Amino acid sequence: MKKHTLAVTVENRPGVLTRVTTMFRRRGYNIESLAVGATENPAISRITIEVAGDDRIIEQVTKQLYKLIEVIKINDLTDARSVDRELVLIKVKADNSVRAEIVQIVDIFRARIVDIGRDSLIIEVTGDSRKIEAIEDSLRAFGIIEMVRTGKIAMIRGGK
Amino acid sequence: MKLKGAEILLQCLQKEGVDTVFGYPGGAVLPIYDALYKSEIRHILSRHEQGAAHAADGYARATGRVGVCIATSGPGATNLVTGIATAYMDSIPLVCFTGQVGTSLIGRDAFQEADITGITLPITKHNYLVEKTEDLARIVKEAFYIARTNRPGPVVVDLPKDVMEKEIDFEYPEEAINIRGYRVVKGYNSNQVITAVDYIQKARRPVIYAGGGVISSNAAEELRELAEKRKIPVTTTLMGMGGFPGNSYLSLGMLGMHGTRYANYAIGECDLLIAVGVRFDDRVTGKIDTFAPHARVIHIDIDAAEIGKNVEVEVPIVGQVKEVLAAINQRLEAIESEELNEWHETIHRWKEEYPLRYGDSSEGRIMPQHVIEEVYSLTQGEAIICTEVGQNQMWAAQYYHYKHPRSFLSSGGLGTMGYGFPAAIGAKIACPELPVVDIAGDGSIQMNIQELGTAVQYRLPIIICILNNHFLGMVRQWQGLFYGGRYSYTDMSHQPDFVKIAEAYGAIGRRIKEASQVREALEEALKVKDRPVVLDFWVEREADVYPMVPPGGSLMNMLGGD
Ligand SMILES: Cc1ncc(C[n+]2csc(CCOP(=O)(O)OP(=O)(O)O)c2C)c(N)n1
Ligand SMILES: [Mg+2]
Repeated sequence: MKKHTLAVTVENRPGVLTRVTTMFRRRGYNIESLAVGATENPAISRITIEVAGDDRIIEQVTKQLYKLIEVIKINDLTDARSVDRELVLIKVKADNSVRAEIVQIVDIFRARIVDIGRDSLIIEVTGDSRKIEAIEDSLRAFGIIEMVRTGKIAMIRGGK
Repeated sequence: MKLKGAEILLQCLQKEGVDTVFGYPGGAVLPIYDALYKSEIRHILSRHEQGAAHAADGYARATGRVGVCIATSGPGATNLVTGIATAYMDSIPLVCFTGQVGTSLIGRDAFQEADITGITLPITKHNYLVEKTEDLARIVKEAFYIARTNRPGPVVVDLPKDVMEKEIDFEYPEEAINIRGYRVVKGYNSNQVITAVDYIQKARRPVIYAGGGVISSNAAEELRELAEKRKIPVTTTLMGMGGFPGNSYLSLGMLGMHGTRYANYAIGECDLLIAVGVRFDDRVTGKIDTFAPHARVIHIDIDAAEIGKNVEVEVPIVGQVKEVLAAINQRLEAIESEELNEWHETIHRWKEEYPLRYGDSSEGRIMPQHVIEEVYSLTQGEAIICTEVGQNQMWAAQYYHYKHPRSFLSSGGLGTMGYGFPAAIGAKIACPELPVVDIAGDGSIQMNIQELGTAVQYRLPIIICILNNHFLGMVRQWQGLFYGGRYSYTDMSHQPDFVKIAEAYGAIGRRIKEASQVREALEEALKVKDRPVVLDFWVEREADVYPMVPPGGSLMNMLGGD
């Protein structure tokens, strides 16, 4: 099923996120990723939700979200000309024999090494989902110890 | 003017036109009750908060106004939950005020603290925790606005005790409500209306499928005009009862699981389905892909999320049912008299062949359906009928002809046993001039029987007709049909003496075991003007509700009633 990215503009008030996630749980829709944060207007927050579903499901999700009083606007950024980014931290096994190889991969992906342990490295990657999946694939062979992702954020290009 | 939060609350209620509230006091709402003590607002003291919530709901359904209830924090608030969920499922406008512990104690598991905004999140249209007295008036105003506009629903306002105690300089906020994320639906897509008119004029076998939206939108007149102008047969859902006169020659009665055969057959055969203020509930549609298989569908509803939720429709129209129907009617040409003759003849044949009917008692007992028929015969649709849940509810829907909107109050969506009697209290308070009858089961009535105390205290002549089969009858029926007749824990033979219970509360109680006494007992009860009457009709124990679409089956394949 196709993944959609919904940018949901909401009132910046306590409980709004709960209302949004409760709706997903209750109606049986699955959130693939979620990112919440402030916007240029302190009274308004932005929830970026990735949800998998066909057009009918996305239409229902959108309509149900609109019924929440504190939801102001919803943009489906999936097919729009938009920029999306996610930040990931990957802790990978890295003894001396493979370090050089890993550093090369990090360079290729324009990622960064943010911590060096005795047998491991923490790598920070920013990018769209494809890039993140690609580096994850490349590092898997070395042994990924731990990985965290922020959830996707997105924005429409241009003047809108 | 310097006012306490609680006084501001009551002023706001008066601004909303509230004259009656239903409630139950407690520690956290002491400031509110202190203000009520000297207020003009009438407070009806229930005997359980669930009763207060259902009574406010009954008041709202009977009048179309917003129902109001009050409960204290913690257990008071949680006791409202079933009532709130009941109203939510049936889109009934309620504003429920709950007490809350002081703001400094919130989150510390203080005495009688319950996170009621968290608990009611999925069963309210919206809810609020008021953190500052300064916000109170705006929030109350918004709460009423949200409860009654668009698709109505319950709103909870949680009121910490200190917010109610605090005194501030107060002026009522006269400015218009402005909620960024909430706009009242205005107008409709007129191209869709034109298409709908075209479809209606071309249809050879049209049916109107009308629901609760007709009632909440006060659109019964417009619906009737539409039906009569084009001679379109009308079937209603449980929630739509009274939205179209049940005694009209165009009425097909109720559709769905316990609908009439002719309503369900008409759905199966129609070429155009005009769905008005409905949500294609599974109890109505049965197996969804066999529902109205030959029909184009026009769906009119205020809630865009209902359109396309369960079925695909050809002509979706989002708008106030009343407004949209008026627009359709305006463009519609009255029908040439013969145009739909064939369709009407088909329906007429079904009606002749498959009328609602029931057999005689095998044990010489009263047939439950007979009681309903007598209630109809004596009140002729000029009464408010409330129901509990189960067989009693279905018989009340089948054998009474509802002529007016807001004359049938029943928990449709949630199916709440114990709803009918407290709802009858709310309805009677709203409409003292009308007879109010609760059609009850022996199981359901025991869920809120304590409200006899309320009904007696306020001298409310409500008639409770217990169709006493000494069973949780509807569950027993399913056990009989689908679980090999194993009546697991549905025998209700251990029951109190309902006559004595009535009398102990100061109501009138009477037991009726003979069919010949049914009418007279009801006549006598209808004469009582100052207290409730409990009529304990001992009915056929194992009568079943027919006809019936087995769960998940097609409307064309009904059991019984043939
Ligand atoms: C609060 C609640 N609990 C359980 C049920 C499940 N239920 C549906 S109908 C029914 C039997 C109702 O019995 P009674 O009130 O005697 O009505 P009858 O069907 O016998 O007319 C039950 C238990 C329900 N609808 N509501
Ligand atoms: Mg019973």
